[in-house]
Amino acid sequence: MSAVKFTRKQFESFVSALIQSGRPVMAPQAKNGRYAFGPLAAAEEFRLDYDVTILPPKKYLLPQTETLLTYQVGGACSSVRDAEPMILLGVHPYDMVAINQMDELFRQDQYDKHYMDRRCRTTIIALDVVTPSENVFAASMGTATVKSGYDILLTVLPDGSILADAATDKGQELLDPAESTPAAEADLKARKTVWDKNEKALNKHVLECKPSYLPKLLENAYDHPVWEEKARLCYSCGSCNQVCPTCYCFDVQDQVSWDLKTGERKRCWDGCLLENFATVAGNHNFRKDRAARYRHRLYRKGKYVPGKIGGQIACVGCGRCITACTAKIANPVEVYNRLMEDTELG
Amino acid sequence: MCECCNGHKDIYLPEMATITKRRMLNGTELYLHLEMDSGKDLDYRPGQFVEVSIAGIGEAPISISSSPTQKGLELVVRNIGSLTKAIHKLQAGDKLGVRGPYGSTYPIEQAKGKDLVFICGGIGLVPQRSFIRYALDNRRDYGNITILIGTKCYTMRLFREEIALWQERKDMTVLETVDEAHDCWDGNVGVVTTLIPKIESDLPKSLISICGPPIMYKFVLMALAEADVPENNIFVNLERRMKCGVGKCGHCQINDKYVCQDGPVFRYSDLALVPEAI
Repeated sequence: MSAVKFTRKQFESFVSALIQSGRPVMAPQAKNGRYAFGPLAAAEEFRLDYDVTILPPKKYLLPQTETLLTYQVGGACSSVRDAEPMILLGVHPYDMVAINQMDELFRQDQYDKHYMDRRCRTTIIALDVVTPSENVFAASMGTATVKSGYDILLTVLPDGSILADAATDKGQELLDPAESTPAAEADLKARKTVWDKNEKALNKHVLECKPSYLPKLLENAYDHPVWEEKARLCYSCGSCNQVCPTCYCFDVQDQVSWDLKTGERKRCWDGCLLENFATVAGNHNFRKDRAARYRHRLYRKGKYVPGKIGGQIACVGCGRCITACTAKIANPVEVYNRLMEDTELG
Repeated sequence: MCECCNGHKDIYLPEMATITKRRMLNGTELYLHLEMDSGKDLDYRPGQFVEVSIAGIGEAPISISSSPTQKGLELVVRNIGSLTKAIHKLQAGDKLGVRGPYGSTYPIEQAKGKDLVFICGGIGLVPQRSFIRYALDNRRDYGNITILIGTKCYTMRLFREEIALWQERKDMTVLETVDEAHDCWDGNVGVVTTLIPKIESDLPKSLISICGPPIMYKFVLMALAEADVPENNIFVNLERRMKCGVGKCGHCQINDKYVCQDGPVFRYSDLALVPEAI
């Protein structure tokens, strides 16, 4: 495995070659003044300088809607796996960490073939952040840079050239045919300055404790007034869930085709902030209070999911929920800092 | 398919089962006896559940009511949603999709030698019956068996013939009550907690298993606390929306526990730090 350096022009050729390889290339592009991952038609559409995308690249691994099974109505089901090879280009470190966590959650215990098959066929080209977004706090969460999960890591160096570092054979095979120069020691040093800069710059909201302290912090915060205070303004719209790179809850529903003979069992994104998330048949809602749902999300990020993935905190500091929340109550840093203050006082 | 996925089965793919017997237990509860089309019985333990589906309608978690000591699979389905309404229309010979079994089990080994007390409210009898039948089929392994059954009204009583047979047996005690008095009912009237003082077994030393509607747990647990029953001798069987059954979809979560994997049977003392549970 080796690192190479691209000039801008060489990089465009590299991206063009990816597009021409026949596999769909999904990359961040400008969209109505913001950025979104989408199929890349031309190399120049790829925005190396994007700050954050509206939705995380999770949507390609756990699509908003996906067919799990097909069936004859009332008959037997058969398994569907439609994953095709795909390249995710320009995945920011915080989103890469989120994908790494999701890999572990879908792989562990009961192996989810639908997710894993898609994941195994995906090549990920990560990209160090060039422009910090208005609400990013990845530096507080230890996700401003990333060390694993990608096949290639791209870094835009201060001189405008692009360092590409292959981490897997899959990545190396993509770099091999591209015109580039081997990276020099000085280039790796320059990359280090980018990392150091991002460790400071991606911190628009500053968490007052180490993220690893959050599970402990939440141990004694269950009855804190902050849940009720924040949730009083909550619309239960689930926007915070929908834009989150680590939210993976889903619903499963049967859809029948127009001829009423065949159909598909589909899973689609769901969100624990939505009012009926925990409602069972007979209309009993086990989490009917907004405050309980609001608290559940922050406990999942800071305590419950970490318990399943070796203590990794399931908030990667992308800041999307802060931007998406109409009521401006979704900022996890505000809540955790508030709990910190009161813990210190107590 | 990619190489790493080879050898893993699709965890969402149901097997087909055929309805071999069906009958209504009351106005809303349908009893089903199923046999797997594979010809092999499901390898389950008392307390577990299955995901039952009709392709085109949907899927839902249903408790297993039979014991692994018997052949086939028995379920009881309340007519309450679109899927269960469709299941109620099925006849013997019709097919259902079945995934599982999933979830934790009653402590059938640890309970050996102990007196067993089952406290059942309404359809809470359904999953408890799996353990009751298992204990009856291994009668020498267990001490006294006491079953308390509370039902809202006389007409909603489940498994009446079976309960009548249990009541005739000398090696077990079955106490029944209904919430609302009825002309045809000359037994106890009142909620199920009113039966607790009538238990003859040494309560603090017994293994107590509770299943019923959410509101019932609070009152039964209070009564057991007053009777000095240690919390680690109490088992509760909780209902949640176990949509996937395999610990992924998040719907059945109570705090950090997944009812589909950590439950549905929980030792009550393990729920001390799980405020959403009861």
